[in-house]
Amino acid sequence: MAEQPVSRGAEALANSTNAQDLSEVFRGSAGGEHVLKDARSTRGIEERSVPAFVAGQELADLADADRRIVVLTADLANANRTADFAKRHPDRFFNVGVAEQNMVSVAAGMASTGLVPFVATFASYLALLACEQIRTDCAYTGMPVRLLGHHSGMSLGFYGTSHHSLEDISLMRTIADMTVVCAADANELRAILRLSLDWPGAMYIRLGRGRDPEVYATPPAALRIGRAIRLRDGSDLTMISTGSQVRACLDAAELLAADGISVRVVDMHTIRPLDTDEIMAAATETAAVLTVEEHNRTGGLGSAVAETLADAGLPTALCRHGVPDVHVVLGPPAALYARYQLDADGVVSKARELLLTSKGAGT
Amino acid sequence: MSISRALHPPRLTPERGALVERLAERAKFIRLETVRLARIAGAGHYTGTFSAAEIFASLYYAELRYRPQEPSWPDRDRFVLSKGHAAIGLYPVLADVGFFDAAELDDYTRLDSSFGDHPDMRKIKGIDFSSGSLGHGLSISVGIALAARVQGRRYRTYCLTGDGELAEGQIWEAAMAAGQFRLGSLVCIVDRNHLSIDGNTEDLMGVEPLQEKFQAFRWKVQRIDGHDLDAILDAFSSLDSDAEGAPQVIIAETIKGRGVTRMEGDVGWHVGKLDGSDYDDVIAELRGGLRPVGARANNG
Repeated sequence: MAEQPVSRGAEALANSTNAQDLSEVFRGSAGGEHVLKDARSTRGIEERSVPAFVAGQELADLADADRRIVVLTADLANANRTADFAKRHPDRFFNVGVAEQNMVSVAAGMASTGLVPFVATFASYLALLACEQIRTDCAYTGMPVRLLGHHSGMSLGFYGTSHHSLEDISLMRTIADMTVVCAADANELRAILRLSLDWPGAMYIRLGRGRDPEVYATPPAALRIGRAIRLRDGSDLTMISTGSQVRACLDAAELLAADGISVRVVDMHTIRPLDTDEIMAAATETAAVLTVEEHNRTGGLGSAVAETLADAGLPTALCRHGVPDVHVVLGPPAALYARYQLDADGVVSKARELLLTSKGAGT
Repeated sequence: MSISRALHPPRLTPERGALVERLAERAKFIRLETVRLARIAGAGHYTGTFSAAEIFASLYYAELRYRPQEPSWPDRDRFVLSKGHAAIGLYPVLADVGFFDAAELDDYTRLDSSFGDHPDMRKIKGIDFSSGSLGHGLSISVGIALAARVQGRRYRTYCLTGDGELAEGQIWEAAMAAGQFRLGSLVCIVDRNHLSIDGNTEDLMGVEPLQEKFQAFRWKVQRIDGHDLDAILDAFSSLDSDAEGAPQVIIAETIKGRGVTRMEGDVGWHVGKLDGSDYDDVIAELRGGLRPVGARANNG
């Protein structure tokens, strides 16, 4: 059996530094550049981090030219930095207080007049609490409401299950006429926001915790909704990932390359409509497929990939890696990623297991 | 900014008398069409539609500004039917005023019809927003009213809710937002017919005191007889026209099933079916116009 890579002590590091991160949630990561500077100097993986809550700034820029844009939030203007939009376009910003269901329906009403509303709040209170409003008032009606669900997955760490959103992809992708997109970092979010302006119908945009490690140095100009991005090519294994886990997969691929394992990494930013061509290519051109997501491993990206392979009748070696079907334990985010093998080391372990099993099955 | 508004002739003028007479005739038309369409479907929401017949008639034949030949005219007044199950009474009105051909209603609820028990804005001209899930409509209306402010438009947004629907928490989230944002262009009409599916609202989940509730949420309140066409017109006429003022609610006291004696105040007719001679009897009663409340029909 292949030797496991040496742990880089990520869990210990995370436990010592992430309490500070979460105290900043409610006043926003706008706390200042010094926070990020400190982060760069003290944390391994955070060296690549950039402020990802760029939505407020980006939308403010877009709104200079596009009079249709309005922004709503539910008492989290500082946490998600839609306050940046409010400063520049106060007449097009609406803070509805802690009333997420009302917010979604209000946005739908606004959209019916030709506006393009962006609503932003914690993913759990958007996709879970307001799920029915999203289906009935946004998707069924074809309203171009953009739903920014931030702090998705378990990125709110020790705030606990009430604040986690490990079911949102599953809920959103089974609603007819919905578009579901996950941003891996700030630059991908910028590209998605720009494309969203003229995309038909409702769109759920899943975001991380606002300081996601960088995947794209600039907004990817080639990004198209519904077309996956192949970030790295390889032949032994394809990692299909989305959102916060794309960076972990790239880092894992690098670690595996050192052992001579060739890994393709796909950023499946759009969950619906799904790029089935890219999934079929992975299944036919590489020996195994590993899906990686910060979501319950039931119902999300892994399930969507499994459905595609099953529909095509392909006997591809597949591992759906995600959060197990439990309410996760408490802890700082990075500690949780380590516990549930959703950091680079964990993804490496899953990849090695998959390669061993798939080779075993082949002989 | 002040709101564009329709002017209604004052009471005791010949014009007012003619208008009220016409509205009464249109309310009768709404009830008759409801019974006809329910027979096509095999069942229908009779009573919650009958309670709103005078409200529908007053809105579409007197109060609202719209252009049937230009359904998406951006400056039109908006109407959100939050109690979507009364759509059976709204469709005939939309056809009658010219949004679509009345013959389209002959396929009401049949396979592939545009016209279901609850209205779909993507399929039906004149429907400003889809509904069916109770408790959403007031939030939708808040959004439409806010959009008027963003876009500098002077339309008014009307929302018709039920009273059982007021148990939905989202209604009060929307009510709070309307007060906070001072949405003077928003008018909520509550069809206060006192019955929800399982019984009297006050026995099930009491909504009173309703004036005080809305006032506490910073709304201006009128409470009227929702079958009295003069009272409805007066309530519309006395709406404030300051778009930055308090949102306004008209609590319309109504009788569920009004117009058909056997149904008036009867909780069993929320969804019902009329067969054989019962159908003919009800048509005959409706053609005779509204009787005093509580009168027994000859055939009842």
